[in-house]
Amino acid sequence: MPILELQGVSKHFGAIHALNAVDLSLDHGEVLGLMGDNGAGKSTLVKVIAGNFPPSGGEVRLDGVAQHFHKPVEARQKGIEVVYQDLALCNNLTAAANVFLGREIKKGFGGLRWLDHAAMARRAGQLFTELKSETRPRDLVRQMSGGQRQAVAIARTRLSKANIVLMDEPTAAISVRQVAEVLDLIRRLRDAGLAIMLISHRMPDVFDVCDRVAVLRRGRKVADKKIKSSSPEEVTGLITGAIQHA
Amino acid sequence: MQRLMAAQAFWVAVALLAICVVMSYLQPASFATPENFYNITRNFSFIGIMALGMTAVIATGGIDLSVGSIMGLVAVVCGLTLEAGYPWWLAIIAGLAAGFVVGAINGVLVAYIELSPFVVTLGMLSVARSVAVVLSGNRMIYNFGPGGPAFKKFGSGEVPIWQFGEHTLSLSNPLIILFVLTVIFALMLKMSAWGRHILAIGGNEHAALLTGVPVRRVKVQAYVVSGMAAALAGILNVGWSGSAINALGTGYELLAISAAVIGGANLMGGEGSAFGAFVGAALIYTIRNALLMEGVDSNWQGTFVGLFLISAVYLGKIRGARRD
Repeated sequence: MPILELQGVSKHFGAIHALNAVDLSLDHGEVLGLMGDNGAGKSTLVKVIAGNFPPSGGEVRLDGVAQHFHKPVEARQKGIEVVYQDLALCNNLTAAANVFLGREIKKGFGGLRWLDHAAMARRAGQLFTELKSETRPRDLVRQMSGGQRQAVAIARTRLSKANIVLMDEPTAAISVRQVAEVLDLIRRLRDAGLAIMLISHRMPDVFDVCDRVAVLRRGRKVADKKIKSSSPEEVTGLITGAIQHA
Repeated sequence: MQRLMAAQAFWVAVALLAICVVMSYLQPASFATPENFYNITRNFSFIGIMALGMTAVIATGGIDLSVGSIMGLVAVVCGLTLEAGYPWWLAIIAGLAAGFVVGAINGVLVAYIELSPFVVTLGMLSVARSVAVVLSGNRMIYNFGPGGPAFKKFGSGEVPIWQFGEHTLSLSNPLIILFVLTVIFALMLKMSAWGRHILAIGGNEHAALLTGVPVRRVKVQAYVVSGMAAALAGILNVGWSGSAINALGTGYELLAISAAVIGGANLMGGEGSAFGAFVGAALIYTIRNALLMEGVDSNWQGTFVGLFLISAVYLGKIRGARRD
């Protein structure tokens, strides 16, 4: 049974049909690449799965059970972690504070609990090391490079035992070496049995690390096939509309 | 050390110290006395307490223009409670409750109905002031009944800490309360999840929402804190002055905002400190005191305070640009 299933998922914003009857499934230990041009509906799809807003039609199922998320934290509690395209970071806080935002480590006794800064800095430092990033936990995000900020956003997804990780353009603004690290991480997560959805514009990345690729165009899914049975040319054609379906 | 020197509040404290040193040299007989210290510190405590609450609201990216009117409303509520013969502690509770309710209304309108903080609190500024006038029957209340003396003691009491010759250095009750609240608020900002959430909401509200921060609830709490801080300032002020007038606090919202901003609170949200609110208020009142003592026409005070406010924000901007 696939861990994540979307059946007939649609999303309208007034007159705009961002998604139209999309069927999708994702299995344990699988990396699905989601591609499409700007405005095709990729980020909207991620936000529906992540619980930012409910679909206008259709169903999202986890392990066969229909889900109705009202806010992102509910999706997170069901094992879905997300790296958003804009990273969702607070510039005025430290890297460690951002990683633990909403799930701060506290210590104390009785009814009195306060932040355990040392524990959060330590754990964040461990996560950054695992991601082979030089990000320092106590630095302010405001002063960080794109790659360091990306590491903070990805480190967040490692906090809980996630089953599904959605990554929206995680390699867009980082260096070549760090792209390799991110793709490596995706492979490690897949080998550990997680289900990964990778939204990306970068064809080489998708063909490097994904098992399957799905293409959205104007809110509809126009292709869903194994990477091995496709090619960059075919996918490009599907994105632009030169090829209607595959 | 670098973080310390990067903090606006640090430089404001340095400026404050400089003014005190200069004034002690220029006017040793009138500025550098325990009596003057007592006066300045008591006077800035009311605004300082309000600036603490204001800092919480500004940190979330909002603003509270109603705090001056809340002072007036709370003054009337306390006055009426005492006049009706109720005990001093009931008057205090009633006053704080009035601040709580007004703050909660502000907070719900901002956080749940999603109206702009400026508009909501501007409306509340009008409403609260008008309710204060109506409740008081447009008269000054000074017959505080049996609860009066104890209530006045709360606002006008003092704790002597040092005696030398015929002078006694005392800390006024409002100052002591300001100290305690400053420490508590500083701890909340640094050591509690709530404090961190306040700063996160001001830094990137959308990110806070996505990561599970209870944004709306925290915003309401920030406005409640501001309302109750204004209420406390009103309670102490009435106790000190001995009478409750519905016009109390008129224009104080601008002083509270100035104090918070001078102390480093960023009106865009995400930055602010308890110590900053404290020194911001202290600086404003010390400047006023210094100008008076030097014989500067009191009508110029506003110019100086305004200049300091703009300079503080400008210097903060330069430092911020250098940092990025």
